[in-house]
Amino acid sequence: MPHFLSDGQRRVLEAACSRLVPADDDPDATDLGAADYIDGLLGAFLVDPPRIWAGGPFSGRFGGEPSFATFHRLAARDELAWRTRIEGSRGIPERERLGPVIGLQEQYTEGLAALGEDFPSLPAEQQDLRLRSVGPFLSVLQEHVCEGLYAAPEYGGNRDLMGWRSIGYLGDVQPRGYSDEEVSDE
Amino acid sequence: MTARDFQTIIVGSGPGGATAADELTRAGRSVVIFERGHNYLISSDYPHDLMQVFSNDELKYTFRHFLGPDPWLEPRTFRRTESDGERLLVGEVNNLPATVGGGSVHADGKLYRFREDDFRMLTELGPAQGADITDWPLTYDDLEPYYTTAERLIGVAGLATANPFAAWRSGPYPMPPGPPMYGSLLTSAAAERLGYHPYPAPSGVNSVPYDERPACNNCGFCADFGCPIHAKGGPGPALRRALRTGRADLRPDAFVSRILVDGGRATGVEWIDHDGATHRELADEIVVAAGAMETPRLLLLSGFANPNIGRNLMFHMQTFAFGEVPYRLHGHMGRSVTHVHDDHVIVDDLAREAAHSAGLPWIKGGLVEHIAPSKVIAEAKLYPWGPEHRRHMRRSPMREHFLGFCMHGEDLPQAKNRVDLDPAVRDYRGIPVARTTYEPHPHEIAASEHHSGLLASILREAGATNLVVATSPTTTGELTSAHSDISIVPGSRHIAGTARMGRNPRTSVCDEWGRLWEASNVLVADSSLFPTISGYGPTLTLVALAIRNVDAFLGRPPLRVARESTSSPAVTVGPPRRPADPVRNREAAR
Repeated sequence: MPHFLSDGQRRVLEAACSRLVPADDDPDATDLGAADYIDGLLGAFLVDPPRIWAGGPFSGRFGGEPSFATFHRLAARDELAWRTRIEGSRGIPERERLGPVIGLQEQYTEGLAALGEDFPSLPAEQQDLRLRSVGPFLSVLQEHVCEGLYAAPEYGGNRDLMGWRSIGYLGDVQPRGYSDEEVSDE
Repeated sequence: MTARDFQTIIVGSGPGGATAADELTRAGRSVVIFERGHNYLISSDYPHDLMQVFSNDELKYTFRHFLGPDPWLEPRTFRRTESDGERLLVGEVNNLPATVGGGSVHADGKLYRFREDDFRMLTELGPAQGADITDWPLTYDDLEPYYTTAERLIGVAGLATANPFAAWRSGPYPMPPGPPMYGSLLTSAAAERLGYHPYPAPSGVNSVPYDERPACNNCGFCADFGCPIHAKGGPGPALRRALRTGRADLRPDAFVSRILVDGGRATGVEWIDHDGATHRELADEIVVAAGAMETPRLLLLSGFANPNIGRNLMFHMQTFAFGEVPYRLHGHMGRSVTHVHDDHVIVDDLAREAAHSAGLPWIKGGLVEHIAPSKVIAEAKLYPWGPEHRRHMRRSPMREHFLGFCMHGEDLPQAKNRVDLDPAVRDYRGIPVARTTYEPHPHEIAASEHHSGLLASILREAGATNLVVATSPTTTGELTSAHSDISIVPGSRHIAGTARMGRNPRTSVCDEWGRLWEASNVLVADSSLFPTISGYGPTLTLVALAIRNVDAFLGRPPLRVARESTSSPAVTVGPPRRPADPVRNREAAR
């Protein structure tokens, strides 16, 4: 799978993900695929169709023909919106209708630079201080780590379903669903 | 290039537009349905099967705008009052899906009737200062037979005798209720001990196979998601019936930007295709069913000048109460909500007392849903990072330990609350977007305070601790992200009132049959028509109203069911029959 980040940026991202959700009885966020998910989002348009909307109706995990991995083709307007979000507006007039947009790629490039190349080698407390010093980028990263842990694995994270398994969640259960007893009983 | 291939143009494929298409094609008319969003719902080829595209995918539906509208491509703007300036924010304001099937695709399909009193609020309760309360130009009895038809066409599961506050009805529900969720059994038992009257929520979700669709299998991806197996009724079946007549054409990715008017009659529409090219379509009449924000936007874009257009915008005032219990609730299994109670719509002595101490003549609450948060990514984003993140996720306070209520409180109509055209912000096509100017009336704030206390007492009775109450919109506090349910932008997807129907053209936008005063061949068929919003979700009422108004439009006499009869032989229970042979000769239908 093609990726957007350089090896150096990737090492900083992985260290940051590991700190946001560290290992306990289960592996940390990086080992669960959060960095893969984020790199996949930043590079969504490096593949065709772009990795924005997974297919449906079924993943195959609980029956049915697997179809999540076949991503939707995007209409022109959806591509405009998602390229703007990911790549930024870059002075392109149709992307600046509501004003300039700083894309996720630039937010990550600058955010990871602000964490510093030395971030992976810092002790935990200093990593936390750095994370708290990068402003709004921390919220962006935190939200994406949550998506990387708990979104369907076809988006690149949730490795071996360990994100869901670590919290006792089955995820997409169609077409099996849950029985009436599972719904109503204690 | 102009064309006149259809008798009727329908704008919007949600519950109102789909119902109009169903009724008109059944009567032999030809229709074209314009929908600005994509089509993931129904095949364009005969026999027009419901498509298999929707999925259990939280990321795509909740965070990636799969059902549209993308708030960057098609934003709306918001301000509380004119004194806020032109706008406070640009982005998401009541983003009902923009997709074939409209708002019913994402809804969990709760389909309530209004009560008799809801149609005559001014008579029953009297005026309130600053509000434009009015009676409806029809009564519950007028609408009852159409409610029955709507429940049968959509497929509603419910228990007719379970709610002591319900309006009278001429027959049973077509299906029994589905299985109750465990947490709702606990809140219902506690509510009953305190004298409340919880009952199984009437739902447009199959409890048994119905109308070529299977029973719900409780996957838990209900509210906010399209149903992968189409156990949810919604507008799919109505669109399918319309398309199978051979007299309907569905045009997705087609945005109607203007109604063409000549000498007080609409002659057609201007529409923009997915490549941005503008076209004209001519017809004898237009049905506008774009929703209570897009309908007034279209009327204003078309140059209609009635000063009431867009005014009296109502949301539901949502009041949340949550409490924590030590045992596990598994709220991610089941159909999002299975129990509700109506006691708070009654203006009792306690409510009058609370009203008087707030300087109001009365306060009215709304339907209370017994709710169960169910989504894991949304939950994860609430918790702090660091070692405690996964401890929280494993214990899962939200999915596993939160007992909760959401009251859909009645919102009083106020002329200053309105939708108009934003003076500067355009959608990606270059068309001015809908701007909302809205703040709650003191009534909603007082009602919320009063009823949230009652809801908290039920949670205590159920053994919950760490109680939290909140409202949407917030009544104090500052502007937060429009993504947040807890902000000054109302989170409720229930909207109404912006093209209100009435008997006086000076105080209403549409006549008592839903026809525009300014052009009688334009029929509005969504919740824009509602003079008051009630404390119930609008969908079933707007569908029933659409059937009644299309019937009248076709010159049919109104249906009547005597109140005394409890099961009229004229009323059929069970799924609608599939037509034996499609009528494929569109030429003849013209």
